[in-house]
Amino acid sequence: MKNDTANPTGSFKDRVVSVALTKARELGFKVAACASTGNLANSVAAHSARAGMVSVVFIPKDLERAKVVSTAVYGGHVVAVEGTYDDVNRLCAELASEHPAWAFVNVNLRTYYAEGSKTLAFEVAEQLGWQAPDHVVVPVASGSQLTKVARGFRELYEVGLLEEEPHVRISGAQAAGCAPVATAFAEGADAIRPVRPDTIAKSLAIGDPADGWYALHEVRSSGGAFAVASDDEIVRAIRLLARTEGVFAETAGGVTIAALAKLAAEGVIRQDERVVVYVTGHGLKTVEALVSLRPTATIAPSLDAFEAAVDVDGDLHRGDR
Amino acid sequence: MSVTVRVPAQLRTLTGGVAEVSLEGSTVEEVLKALEVAHCGFTDRLFDDDGGLRRFVNLFLDDEDVRFLHALSTPVTDGQTLSIVPAVAGG
Repeated sequence: MKNDTANPTGSFKDRVVSVALTKARELGFKVAACASTGNLANSVAAHSARAGMVSVVFIPKDLERAKVVSTAVYGGHVVAVEGTYDDVNRLCAELASEHPAWAFVNVNLRTYYAEGSKTLAFEVAEQLGWQAPDHVVVPVASGSQLTKVARGFRELYEVGLLEEEPHVRISGAQAAGCAPVATAFAEGADAIRPVRPDTIAKSLAIGDPADGWYALHEVRSSGGAFAVASDDEIVRAIRLLARTEGVFAETAGGVTIAALAKLAAEGVIRQDERVVVYVTGHGLKTVEALVSLRPTATIAPSLDAFEAAVDVDGDLHRGDR
Repeated sequence: MSVTVRVPAQLRTLTGGVAEVSLEGSTVEEVLKALEVAHCGFTDRLFDDDGGLRRFVNLFLDDEDVRFLHALSTPVTDGQTLSIVPAVAGG
């Protein structure tokens, strides 16, 4: 597992924003802006604060509370837009035309922004002793990350850092409630029909993915596949990952782990493959998905009450943890 | 039907820097044909060789993506705004 929950603002977006805002400063921009499903907003606000830039981030108004707070805390402008991410995106595309002096990280600085995702491939290869994995499972929202991960492995070979030419199978994960690219894959279609998202995986809720066609192409040409996860499966996968690996992922990570499990069960992922799954955001960002979780017991402060309420020995005997 | 077409910055070289153009037509396709007549070059930028809309071009009639309506055949009414919006990475 490539664990990107431990980055400065808790998601892989610190990679893309680090590159985008470094270039923005170099190019003389004073204002950083973005359209975001949440994680990008967190990262742009934080990096702008540190870089001494003014930030203006645009988010859909139904975003998780933690993502709003952990953006607003950095002191920039946070604009909640009545609509979906796709509405936010469209607004920002139009605003970018009217404010050419602003660095919209995923509009006019997109070329730099997208480069940051390649480090997800670079680091994995480095951590595997300068070898590429056989198969990766990557979440798909706009499709940019998956596309750049695939390219990242190829570029490492081109510059001579990988001895063997990599043939990494690239598989994609989408939420069942927002699966335009997975649907095109399943139907054998070339065009991606936009959808209206309805999923708890809000960071993947892009109904009209700008790089979807490229992601589809990378998955098909590499011999990978797509898998989708329902809201229930997302929650179960978050808990599975936490219970077995000690990593708390946000809903997008739940989508990816659920997809990994499905691809393995279907035999798409083979026993002999070395597989890397990308978990790209921290679970504290989306605690709403797990509101049913409560203490094991609520007790009076007495030994008897504890012994009566909690059976730790039973867990040990069952081999549970 | 008179429709206002909003042109993104990337394509304003074709309109002499103008952001909004008022045009006549009864469908999205007719309005875009009128745009080509008024400002030569739009067809090449918006459509591929097979006549389909290019992958990175989004069209919104007022606030609705025309792919959720009837795509290029979507009828337009007087006073509506057709926005040409480039696709943007996420998220």
